[in-house]
Parts: sequence; structure tokens; C-alpha cells
Amino acid sequence: MTLLTVNGEEVSLDLPEDTPLLWALRDELRLTGTKFGCGIAQCGACTVMVDGMPRRSCVTPVGTLEGASVETIEKVEGPEAKAVQDAWTRIDVPQCGWCQSGQVMSATALLRMNPAPSDEDIDNAMAGNICRCATYVRIRAAIHDAAETLEG
Amino acid sequence: MRRLTLILALLAAPLSAETVNGLRTVEEFDGMEGEDRSVALFEEVLKVVEHPRCLNCHPKGDSPLQGDAMEVHQPPVVRGAADFGAPGMNCTTCHGAENVAFVTGDGSIPGHEPWQLAPESMAWVGLSGAEICAQLKDPERNGDRDLAEIHEHMAEDGLVGWGWHPGEGREPVPGTQEVFGELVKAWIDTGAACPAG
Repeated sequence: MTLLTVNGEEVSLDLPEDTPLLWALRDELRLTGTKFGCGIAQCGACTVMVDGMPRRSCVTPVGTLEGASVETIEKVEGPEAKAVQDAWTRIDVPQCGWCQSGQVMSATALLRMNPAPSDEDIDNAMAGNICRCATYVRIRAAIHDAAETLEG
Repeated sequence: MRRLTLILALLAAPLSAETVNGLRTVEEFDGMEGEDRSVALFEEVLKVVEHPRCLNCHPKGDSPLQGDAMEVHQPPVVRGAADFGAPGMNCTTCHGAENVAFVTGDGSIPGHEPWQLAPESMAWVGLSGAEICAQLKDPERNGDRDLAEIHEHMAEDGLVGWGWHPGEGREPVPGTQEVFGELVKAWIDTGAACPAG
């Protein structure tokens, strides 16, 4: 049994300790906004926040999360998350959309750590989030747009 | 008679005189003396230091390597200001406190707490054994460690020790951390001599 907080609510997961967090989110808690992409931490589609830091949920066993605080795309909050989601809508970033939950989570994490990122900062932070529709140019533009919103 | 003598000699030898997982023990260098012994001990130490498990996180430049073939890390990541990745893409974005087997197929993602690159001054990739030796002894480049602290790092550090327990799909470094630590200590005790050139 693992006790943790997901999107501000306490949950207990009665699952084998090696069950990936992604499985728990989607199959147990029905939080299906977080996507499965590769299962080996190569694509970023499953990115969530664990204790405020971005984390690939496909390689995060629930047994390692006792007492942790998890945020998912369904409830990620704060000025950076709002700025990112508004910019995503404004610039119409997604195409097929599969990777976008992970993109939004990684972009939010970046802006929480660096509110005014350069192109290089964005590329470094987002390099692990693959987009099969190649929306990278719009992603970068939207992160700059969100940063400007935060500025002021 | 000669065979009997050999058998008795082998039986009398301490167990630790035997090579452990491809790494010779200190006792196996007992027949050597002076600087030759020290250099030979260091060359044994290099069997670990120059293994991909160690070199991959002592890279030259900005990117870690991965795998036995020492390919550039995928996804592409950068060292960052603290040798811990870029803001938003830190090492801990993917690497946890322990190795995690993939549930979707073979292999695993390596992990340890902490998980990070060696500082750039401690890069080993592309260096000769002599250059690595000189770097290890240079406080300007070795994290301001004296030789006792170098021994402690090699013999006791958990991230160094991960090299012997790298998880499914990765070859461990030779020997054990205990044997490795003994080799480093013996190298230091014999003058910490470096190979030529």
C-alpha cells in the first residue's frame, strides 16, 4: 500500500510496488490525460510533477512514491501552468495532441525554474519531449509567449 | 612431485589472491616492487576507471554517454550548471533513486541517489591512463581531494558503487568495489605512481 497525494487529494494505491506511476494514474485513478508513449523514458509523453519536479511516470514505480505529491495535467496549477496553457491555446500548438500533456508539463516545469528562457534553454528543457507531428517551432513560440505573459 | 607442490601452493594461497570478476587483487602484485608495482596496481585500477560504466558519466564536454558502446545519451541532455542537467530536464526527470526495470520489455533505466555527471574537470573520455592518473592526483581537477579522499571516493561512494550493480542490460565493471578500493589504497601506499606517457 502506497500513500501519496495526487492533485492535492490523498490516495492509497494497493498495487505491486514496481507498478509504474503511469499505470496507476490511468488505470486506477482514471486520470487519462497523462499519455503512454514509449514506456522507457525516451519520449516524455508521460511527464508529471513529483514533489514539484518533472518526472517520467512510466519509469517511476509507485513503491518509490510514499508520501510524494504528484501533479498531473488534469490539475496542474499556478501562474506558469496557466500561462503555458493559455499560450498553447492562443498559438494552437497541438496537431494530433498525443504528446501535448507531457509538453505542457515540461514547459511548466521550465518556466517555474526559469521564467525567461532563451531558445537554448527551451531546447535543453524540452529535448526529452518528442512530438511526432513536429510541432517544435510552435512549442518554442508558445513558451516564449507564456514567458512574456508571466513577465507582465 | 611438481604437480603436488603446485597444488599445495595453490591451497596455501589466500582466497583473496584470486582474480575477482576479472579484476586482479592486491595480493597478485606481491611479486613486484617499487614504482613498477605502483604502476601495475594503477593499470589494474584503470580496468574499472576506463570501463563504460564509469566513463559514460565522466564524459568530455557537455553530454553524458550511455551503453557499452558509449553512444551519446538519448534523449539528448546537457550537463547544466550543476552537472545535473538543464532546468526542466534534470537527471532526476528520468533517473530515480534505484535502477528500474522496464515493464514493457527488456532492459532498465539506471538510477541512484544522487545521479549526476562528474564535473568537467574530471572528464576521463579521451585521456590516456597517464593523463587520468595525473588528473586524479591534481586537487585543481579532482574536486580538491587529497589521496585519502580519492581512496574514500573510490572505495565507498555509492554512485561509484553503482558500477558493480548497473541493472539489467548493462555490464558491471570488473571485480567488486571492495577489491577496487584495496587496489586504489595499495596504489596510493606504493607512491601513487603513474604510467609513462
